[in-house]
Amino acid sequence: MTNEEILRLSASELASVIREGSVSSEEAARAYIEAIKAEDGKYNSYVTVCDDAIEEAKRIDEGIRSGEIDSPLAGVPVAVKDNICTKGILTSCGSRMLSNFIPPYDATVVRKLKEAGMVILGKTNMDEFAMGSTTETSFYGPTVNPHGTGKVPGGSSGGSAACMAAGLAPLSLGSDTGGSIRQPASFCGVTGLKPTYGTVSRYGLVAFASSLDQIGPIGKNAEDCALLFNIISGVDDRDQSSTESDKVDLDKIKNFDVSGKKIGIPEEYFGEGIDEDVRARVSEAVRFFEERGATVEKFKMPIIDYAIPTYYIIACAEACSNLSRYDGVKYGFRPEGVDNLMDLYIRSRSEGFGMEVKRRIMLGNFVLSSGYYDAYYNKALQAKALIKKAFDEAFEKYDVVMGPVAPTTALNMGESLSDPLKMYLGDICTVLINIVGLPAISIPCGNDSNNMPVGLQIIGRHYDEETILGFAASYQRG
Amino acid sequence: MEITPELVGYLEKLGRIRLTPEEEERTQKELGSILAYIDKLGELDTAGVEPLSHAFGRTNVVREDAVLNGDMQDLILANAAETKDGAILVPKTVE
Repeated sequence: MTNEEILRLSASELASVIREGSVSSEEAARAYIEAIKAEDGKYNSYVTVCDDAIEEAKRIDEGIRSGEIDSPLAGVPVAVKDNICTKGILTSCGSRMLSNFIPPYDATVVRKLKEAGMVILGKTNMDEFAMGSTTETSFYGPTVNPHGTGKVPGGSSGGSAACMAAGLAPLSLGSDTGGSIRQPASFCGVTGLKPTYGTVSRYGLVAFASSLDQIGPIGKNAEDCALLFNIISGVDDRDQSSTESDKVDLDKIKNFDVSGKKIGIPEEYFGEGIDEDVRARVSEAVRFFEERGATVEKFKMPIIDYAIPTYYIIACAEACSNLSRYDGVKYGFRPEGVDNLMDLYIRSRSEGFGMEVKRRIMLGNFVLSSGYYDAYYNKALQAKALIKKAFDEAFEKYDVVMGPVAPTTALNMGESLSDPLKMYLGDICTVLINIVGLPAISIPCGNDSNNMPVGLQIIGRHYDEETILGFAASYQRG
Repeated sequence: MEITPELVGYLEKLGRIRLTPEEEERTQKELGSILAYIDKLGELDTAGVEPLSHAFGRTNVVREDAVLNGDMQDLILANAAETKDGAILVPKTVE
């Protein structure tokens, strides 16, 4: 097979030719590393490229031949978001603060990738500390959307989505705190799964908002995402919020029948502020399921109006606590010539963090500070209870809830940096899902009039990844 | 909620962050517009609603108190800016 042919294969196809022996893991890794070196200058989707990937792939080839490695994705390369710790490999989180951080350990998901015989190609670019929706706040410069020059790839997992769209990885891992897998997948025209909270261990994921953060796969299709999800999921003693969950049954996904299934459509997801093209493409995708026997019903979910305030209060409150660990002492950025300990803390943080991170730390400290706690943080936790109630009621009636992933397609670069509130408002369709820990998938469903991809979001019940992956796979089969 | 320069200064202090005067001015405006939007949450009727922490009711989880990590002193110290004799150096804390 030529390099070009290898790069065109889905992850499951690549795994099967590697299993058959017609392509080696080494050839696959070499094809991708060469492509990244030749092409990624245009996109900046990787922060670090792992030159030893080819050597690693040789070892995996031996393991496959000896029968020691036997997993559905054995030998397949994978890109990993740069907020997931990789032993001995820079894990920068897109920040100057961690621009010299070499983790002494692997995140649980990375250990699982390695055990499954997958080859890490490199670490992908992201918004600093995953705070952003455009991958423009990275210390390593912005990532460019392969579908349109001058367009953002979305964020914060912009590198993990852009490298997929550019054909520079067959699979990648992202993390999703308020839409950071789904929205870049939508902007870049690829498939991204945000799993149920707790199904994938967060051990070794640099913490942003611990009650919302979740690692998940980005792939060429739902089947690839399902295969990678099965590898990374599972309870982990090192993450007390992780939970036992069933593996997804690939046969059930491949043969998933939508007829008789019930789809709920929140009217608010098709209201004011949602682009006309986005509404049209998403409605067409919903019609696809209807034509195949699913029933579709609109319903009201007025709590959506309070999604953004609730999310930003909870996310910033948790972020300011999580980021208090960066003090320039044990690891991370430390400036030269500090006078005393307080100066060390303040200068390390002031010079190590970018503006968006500082803004969220300050917002978080504000909502938690004495005198404001009840009006903001506690109020947000009450809103969270009401959001959960709204989804519980919806899932009594429907098997899945559908809507757009984002109100628009990819924005122009620079647009959001000047107006943070506008960027926050773009998260309206995704943040609720993190607040209540539900699984949701983003799949491409056509383009807008500028030829930029639109994403359909399919939201499922807790631990029911199988149904949303089944819906996604059935749409992608056509 | 009005964001005053004093409040910005207080939040810098809480977060151990020092902004330049230009950044302070910009932050005052941006936090002002963000909070004006967030204040919308005040309209939501939450009377009698219990605040929810874990989304599906998971509470204390315990595990065996076992050491899982091996000795990696060198790897850990390699990430510190300054070290001496196996310890991390910081500026003098006691005069």
